[in-house]
Amino acid sequence: MKTVKLLAATALSLTCWLAPASAATTLTMWYHGAGGAGANENEEKILDQVIADFNASQTDWKVELQSFPQSAYNDSVVAAALAGNLPDILDVDGPIMPNWAWAGYMQPLQIDEAKIANFLPGTKGVWDGKLYSIGLWDAAVALVTRKSYLEELGLREPTLDQPWTQDEFTAALQAAKDSGKFKYAIDLGMAWDGEWYPYAFSPFLQSFGGDLVDRETYQTAEGVLNGDGAVAFGTWWQSLFTEGYAQSTQDPAARDAGFNSGDYAFSWNGNWAAPKMLETYDDVVFLPAPDFGSGPKIGAASWQFGISARSQHPDGASAFIEFAIQDKYLAEFANGTGLIPATTTAAALTEAYQPGGKLAVFYELSERQGVLRPVSPGYIVQSKVFEKAVNDIAKGAAVEDTLDAAVDEIEADIEKNGGYGH
Amino acid sequence: MAMISGENHGLRLAVRYAVLGLIAVIFIFPLVFMVVSSLKPDQQLLLDTKSLRAFLPVGDISLDNYVAAFQRAPVGLFIFNSVLVTGATVLLSLLVCSLAGFAFVFINWTGRELVLGIILATLIVPFETIAIPLLLLMSKLPWLGLDGLTWGWLNSYRVQIVPLVADGLTIFLFVQYFKDLPGELIEAARVEGATWWQIYRRVVMPLSGPILATAAILKFLIMYNQYLWPLMVVQDESYRPVMVGLQYFFQLNRAWGEIMAYLSLITVPVLGFYLVLQRAFIASIASTGVKG
Repeated sequence: MKTVKLLAATALSLTCWLAPASAATTLTMWYHGAGGAGANENEEKILDQVIADFNASQTDWKVELQSFPQSAYNDSVVAAALAGNLPDILDVDGPIMPNWAWAGYMQPLQIDEAKIANFLPGTKGVWDGKLYSIGLWDAAVALVTRKSYLEELGLREPTLDQPWTQDEFTAALQAAKDSGKFKYAIDLGMAWDGEWYPYAFSPFLQSFGGDLVDRETYQTAEGVLNGDGAVAFGTWWQSLFTEGYAQSTQDPAARDAGFNSGDYAFSWNGNWAAPKMLETYDDVVFLPAPDFGSGPKIGAASWQFGISARSQHPDGASAFIEFAIQDKYLAEFANGTGLIPATTTAAALTEAYQPGGKLAVFYELSERQGVLRPVSPGYIVQSKVFEKAVNDIAKGAAVEDTLDAAVDEIEADIEKNGGYGH
Repeated sequence: MAMISGENHGLRLAVRYAVLGLIAVIFIFPLVFMVVSSLKPDQQLLLDTKSLRAFLPVGDISLDNYVAAFQRAPVGLFIFNSVLVTGATVLLSLLVCSLAGFAFVFINWTGRELVLGIILATLIVPFETIAIPLLLLMSKLPWLGLDGLTWGWLNSYRVQIVPLVADGLTIFLFVQYFKDLPGELIEAARVEGATWWQIYRRVVMPLSGPILATAAILKFLIMYNQYLWPLMVVQDESYRPVMVGLQYFFQLNRAWGEIMAYLSLITVPVLGFYLVLQRAFIASIASTGVKG
């Protein structure tokens, strides 16, 4: 009997002793980086380290990561939302976030907003006045070329304060074409379909004075996607192909290696491609977007962290996100991936983005030229409609008719969805 | 005269072989390109696409892309998952659909024409239209396993197998084939006192080698190429099949050599299946009870 009591007491004390270690609540996290997020496999390795550090830093929560290939990620999340199978923590592409918040897939973050006061505007995912997601980095697009090309073609080097005008940009493309040195004057990245099109090309539209949708009400695209500015954009866009400055259909291989092989004088490309270009040429320069009349603009917002509506532990999920947005991790991501750190203090910790660094210009581009894509649940449809429209125009479709049709499609979608909660 | 005839025959043979050779080349070149490209570094691979070198294992040849592919994704796991899911589904499908076909053709029961008509009507319903209701159903089904009773089939092998076992096309194939079998054999077996199960197993199935092979090939291809359904029902990497795994390689800056290496690897089970089935197909014809 004594033995039994002794065993019971031992078991009880062991249970009590072990309890704190096993009390950590598991938080599941989904992430789009399987196989190497974007262009860089370091991204997931760094995220693994952040998670390991967080799990070791406290005993309440244990984050477990599940990675998905980027091209399948959004579909997986939507399917899981339908089946009620979402994780606690999600990562979400910035412009998609309003749709997921509106559809009830996400809940607002519970983090101290003072901690993100100095974050780049493009890293904050706000919908309906509430913060739903926060990014550890941003991305930016630049007009990439070489100093030697500018000199050979007799072109002024544009700056953030004095970007090229439309005329200067056109003259630069013409000079590149006339030189006979390149297959095409500019590589626009036509091979990258999907979100690249609205991300990279809608800022041109906005610089012409147009937009995908009226941002005052988000209820109509009439007059903005088919107004004077938009038609001017469409006409200019089409001229890039009719004048032979760019190709309307591009081989992915040409996008990947064309500029670095000397096939193009200019490349409209993101900061994630910059490290390879810097390796290839020692005189690469990253120029700001041209100003087409309404100011120079580039796309803002990249992938961000948020909390699913299904999570029973938003406090734990928020604790993880607060942990992850420390400057040291922002800097690690920037160092490992070439992405733009979300704060100046983190940028100062990096080699490439500190003032005078090789990629510092991207931080300034993001800060000064970055424009969010329409913050609306309807963006997921608007982006597809825009992608099709610019593709059709590039291949010779009538500009005004194409834009009118795009407006009709967007308005029908807004109406079908009851105005998307705006 | 005989010589002219012989020459004609030779000419016809030469033309036939030339045409067949051309067709073979057309079919085999993409495979050759895939395997050869998997051995080249990206830069050389892209440059070689401009010439016939694309089909030749020349230049800087190595297995580096294969090593990199295994580093980028759990390739072996994806192939194992696909082979397991595909194999199980094909076997179950052959059993279930042949039984269904047998019941439709040989057993008289009220409403069989109507039920068969409904099943055949599903041929014109794209899977995409039933994917979401099916997903909702699968997310709520019970399962009695080692952990006791759990709810929801998501993230498992069974969710990739069970809903896809029976399909209208395979049942239709069996029905059409069974209709052409001599009815006397079935009648004779019934007169001898055989049960329906015995007739199915000992009379009909031994005569069904060709249709089993055909149905297996079609089902194998459909299942091995599954993308949408596993994408919807499997979030856990350990259950992902090869086609979802292929997305691991389609990043912004694509590593074409690794993609070709991955494609070469996932093609191996398909080729193996065909080789095995080819023998089974010939054997089934040779052992069939009715010839000619």
